[in-house]
Amino acid sequence: MAAAFDPSGRLPDLFTSTGTSSFSAFLSKAAPELLPGRRTLPPGAATDLTPHATTIVAMVADGGVVLAADRRATMGNLIAQRDIEKVYPADAYSLVGMAGAAGVGIELLRLFRVELEHYEKIEGAMLSLDGKANRLAAMVRGNLGAAMQGLAVVPLFAGFDLAATDPAKAGRIFSFDVTGGPYEETGYDAVGSGSLFAKAALKKRFRVGLSVDDAVRLAVEALYDAADDDTATGGPDLTRRIYPVVMSATAEGTYRLTEAETAAIAESVVAGRMENPGG
Amino acid sequence: MAMQFYASPEQIMRDRSELARKGIARGRSAVVLSYAGGVLFVAENLSSALHKVGEIYDRIGFAAVGRYNEFENLRRAGVRMADLNGLSYDRRDVTGRALANAFAQTLGAIFTEQSKPFEVEICVAQVGATAADDELYRLTYDGSVNDEPGRMAMGGQAEAIAGVLKSHHRPDMSLGDAVKVAVQALGSVGGEGGAARTIAADQLEVAILDRGRVGRTFRRVTGAALAALLDDGEAPAASAEASTAAADSTEAAERPDS
Repeated sequence: MAAAFDPSGRLPDLFTSTGTSSFSAFLSKAAPELLPGRRTLPPGAATDLTPHATTIVAMVADGGVVLAADRRATMGNLIAQRDIEKVYPADAYSLVGMAGAAGVGIELLRLFRVELEHYEKIEGAMLSLDGKANRLAAMVRGNLGAAMQGLAVVPLFAGFDLAATDPAKAGRIFSFDVTGGPYEETGYDAVGSGSLFAKAALKKRFRVGLSVDDAVRLAVEALYDAADDDTATGGPDLTRRIYPVVMSATAEGTYRLTEAETAAIAESVVAGRMENPGG
Repeated sequence: MAMQFYASPEQIMRDRSELARKGIARGRSAVVLSYAGGVLFVAENLSSALHKVGEIYDRIGFAAVGRYNEFENLRRAGVRMADLNGLSYDRRDVTGRALANAFAQTLGAIFTEQSKPFEVEICVAQVGATAADDELYRLTYDGSVNDEPGRMAMGGQAEAIAGVLKSHHRPDMSLGDAVKVAVQALGSVGGEGGAARTIAADQLEVAILDRGRVGRTFRRVTGAALAALLDDGEAPAASAEASTAAADSTEAAERPDS
């Protein structure tokens, strides 16, 4: 920590320089060891070092977006964690989730959230939704070296675009690959090991203009379908009362569904599958 | 070649102090005070874009008077320090006291080492669980720090303003009453022949650290919400909330800390 080692106790010039409004750019000078992408890994595959976080789904709804994730992290054929959280509010109007190497991913998202908050505080205004997606792309790209050794992280970013003139187009989704991105998606998208099955489910059932409540239900259904066919994705765990994390971003801001709300939805989805396992 | 005259250190420090005090006295004042629901910042400010009051971290706010470029420089440094510490440790580990210390060291070093001191006076405020837990630090141009529990005034005629605050302010006030006391105190100086002034809503910059919130507690009170507070002292909570949210991009939804 640069600040702690200055004997005069005075904030170093780096802090008081006009500099940049980007926190990660500041960090690359003040404390580069805190940037996830700056570490040199010893040669060899590192895939087995950290658990893998699995499926995230995102969907555009009328007047917003919905982002949901299962709760499982796996390590090879073992379940590493049953109740991991992989989606977060990135700021007041956007959501972000990640699939891939859990340790690196959680650190990356933590940094991304500080990045957005930092810009907002320094500039007194929020970044545009595209600006946020571009920042995230740059941060994912920074992790390319580690990704090539097996520690890949792929986020999914969704938000309410405050600058949108048409409220129906205010909800937007961006996907990424390990080399960056962003790629804007229409309607819905998913990442992670169960994403194939989740996307196949959404392909048949997604409609433009879904209400936020319907989109939430559909997201939980899609996660159920992913868990049905992918061992690395966890379904609703009724015995331990572990349910998917579901969040929405609308004109009112971000909202995380309460435990009771997701429990009710997950239980009704499971009850529906008792009748018809294919949904 | 110009002749070098000897100037004693006392003389140099006196000259610098005088320069800083004169600079600060030219600007408009600001007050910071605790009320039942949090910490209130009120600054007289003709600009709606160049802020005297700002957010530093979840529970920490910043207010300043004097030269804009100088205190803005310090505010940015404070945001960088807070975000760096919050990322390396935890959000709860960022404290107002640490920030006040860093600002004090910086101001002190600038005062003694550079030929021109910063012409600023700063308040670092941290909202606590109760009004008694609030922390208000006053930092002056030479790097001295004072802990001022409950309330403080900064600027040219700070003492007169602080006198009005002292006789009217109570830490268990509602937001409406607190805003009115603050505006009354700011208006008690600078009028024609020492008379009180009325200050219009568009000349005020008002912000709060909301005690009841989780995560980022700072929000600005602008537009209709501010006008309602000034008119009858009590804004309907819902409309104050809504117009603040619309007017202020720093409005943050509740979020889990990490």
